[in-house]
Amino acid sequence: MNTHAIRAIYRFEMARTFRTLTQSIASPVLSTSLYFVVFGAAIGSRIGAIDGVSYGAFIIPGLVMLSLLSESISNGSFGIYMPKFTGTIYELLSAPVSYREVIFGYVGAAASKSVMLGFLILLTARVFVHYEIAHPFWMLAFLALTSVTFSLFGFIIGIWADGFEKLQIVPLMIVTPLTFLGGSFYSISMLPPLWQKIALLNPVVYLISGFRWSFYGVSDVSVTLSIGMTAAFMLACVLAIRWVFKTGYRLKT
Amino acid sequence: MTPVISIRGLTKTYASGFQALKNVNLEIHRGEIFALLGPNGAGKTTLIGVTCGLVNPSLGTVEAAGHDVVRDFRAARTKIGLVPQEISTDAFETVWATVNFSRGMFGKPRDAAYIEKVLRDLSLWDKRNAKIMTLSGGMKRRVMIAKALSHEPEILFLDEPSAGVDVELRHDMWQMVRKLRESGVTIILTTHYIEEAEEMADRIGIINHGEIVLVEEKTALMAKLGKKQLTLNLQAPLERIPDALSDYALELSADGGALTYTFDAQGEQTGIGAMLRRLNEHGIDFKSLQSSESSLEDIFVSLVKKKS
Repeated sequence: MNTHAIRAIYRFEMARTFRTLTQSIASPVLSTSLYFVVFGAAIGSRIGAIDGVSYGAFIIPGLVMLSLLSESISNGSFGIYMPKFTGTIYELLSAPVSYREVIFGYVGAAASKSVMLGFLILLTARVFVHYEIAHPFWMLAFLALTSVTFSLFGFIIGIWADGFEKLQIVPLMIVTPLTFLGGSFYSISMLPPLWQKIALLNPVVYLISGFRWSFYGVSDVSVTLSIGMTAAFMLACVLAIRWVFKTGYRLKT
Repeated sequence: MTPVISIRGLTKTYASGFQALKNVNLEIHRGEIFALLGPNGAGKTTLIGVTCGLVNPSLGTVEAAGHDVVRDFRAARTKIGLVPQEISTDAFETVWATVNFSRGMFGKPRDAAYIEKVLRDLSLWDKRNAKIMTLSGGMKRRVMIAKALSHEPEILFLDEPSAGVDVELRHDMWQMVRKLRESGVTIILTTHYIEEAEEMADRIGIINHGEIVLVEEKTALMAKLGKKQLTLNLQAPLERIPDALSDYALELSADGGALTYTFDAQGEQTGIGAMLRRLNEHGIDFKSLQSSESSLEDIFVSLVKKKS
């Protein structure tokens, strides 16, 4: 494996992050804070506790996931879409690298950024709401697993997209609805029985449920299933990227 | 000489059905400067694209430094540097960062001294901390060359290096290319500027409609296909060429004031002496004479015309 290439890509991508600090870090932190102010501090006190957890605290894992998912996808997709757009991709294609270097470099950087963002949001939440973390190790594991998986997914979108519109369409039209309907703001058990079944088709349900379990020890679906589903999705993304770099899909003519 | 690149039976058909390369066979010798000449759309860039990994070949194989560019792409690509035709660089990075990035991408550990040398050779050292977006087009082209050289490649591809470049940079570049060749680097350049090939190349390949029309040593090519002409400006105009001179390939200008004699530059016996004596015998006197040699451009145009 070409470790120098991984280092070069990772460094390049992180430099891009720090160059655009306001856009990539500050704005998601701000928008999440607004949710905490509105749902946590303001109207949260009028909403009853769910599963014995105050509403303000209950929504924290879901809100972190909301930002994590959209930011991971955006980081992952922009990292590869921009070289395609500006033409500098020629260097990546002519370099002695395969999907492995590309994943470790681009996706690694995108995921690092997301993990940093997750921590920042948790710190910010502390200002508004009191919460505890029951299983810190699993909290970290879910944070990292989700960041990596959705950065991979974003990377695939970045390869697939051939215009800025396509780049935005999947996060806006698919991921945001899935996250809102995936239990960010409520427990799946609050839904009518039929909708509970339908909700289980939504992969984001497993992420949020597992992540919430790591905080409060309660979950909608079993934790093992949460981890299993996320890992399966991650593997599917890795295989897709491997295929892309083997065949040159959307990259080579 | 051992070939550093060998292309066998290479065919590329694009998804649109367009056949950019048709069964191309080509060998590039180690340490030479090879110029690939051809009109727009002839297949030059596709040929480079396949060798460097930007284009998937449809049929055939390419080996670079003994490694198959598809099966053994890591080993092959480490040896190759590419300067593409289009200027595409990052905007916000500094020159220093982007050239070091390239070195890393090609699997080499950092080497500040070497990168400094590359930047100095390309007159980029003063600009090392400048953001690329602030540079002029010519400077950006230098940055792309620096990136291609950052990992000390054995083979350098320059795709239309002179497109949109001023005279000064073009001469700098030629000098740099010669220096690289002296250090053992093989250089393959594509160009529209015949002057460039004429000035630089050891061997010339002509490609047209996806086929290699001809590969030849530059000097041999010019000798073989080059024509020489001798023009005599006459003292008194002629109405027609005298019959006694009809066995020479002579042409009379429209006003009858000049005779042009075309001969093979390669031939030992040009027959000029005998012809001049014959003119003398027939009382045809001339004021002045000049000779000209066809350039590579004339050769190229006539070859491409013949084939199409």
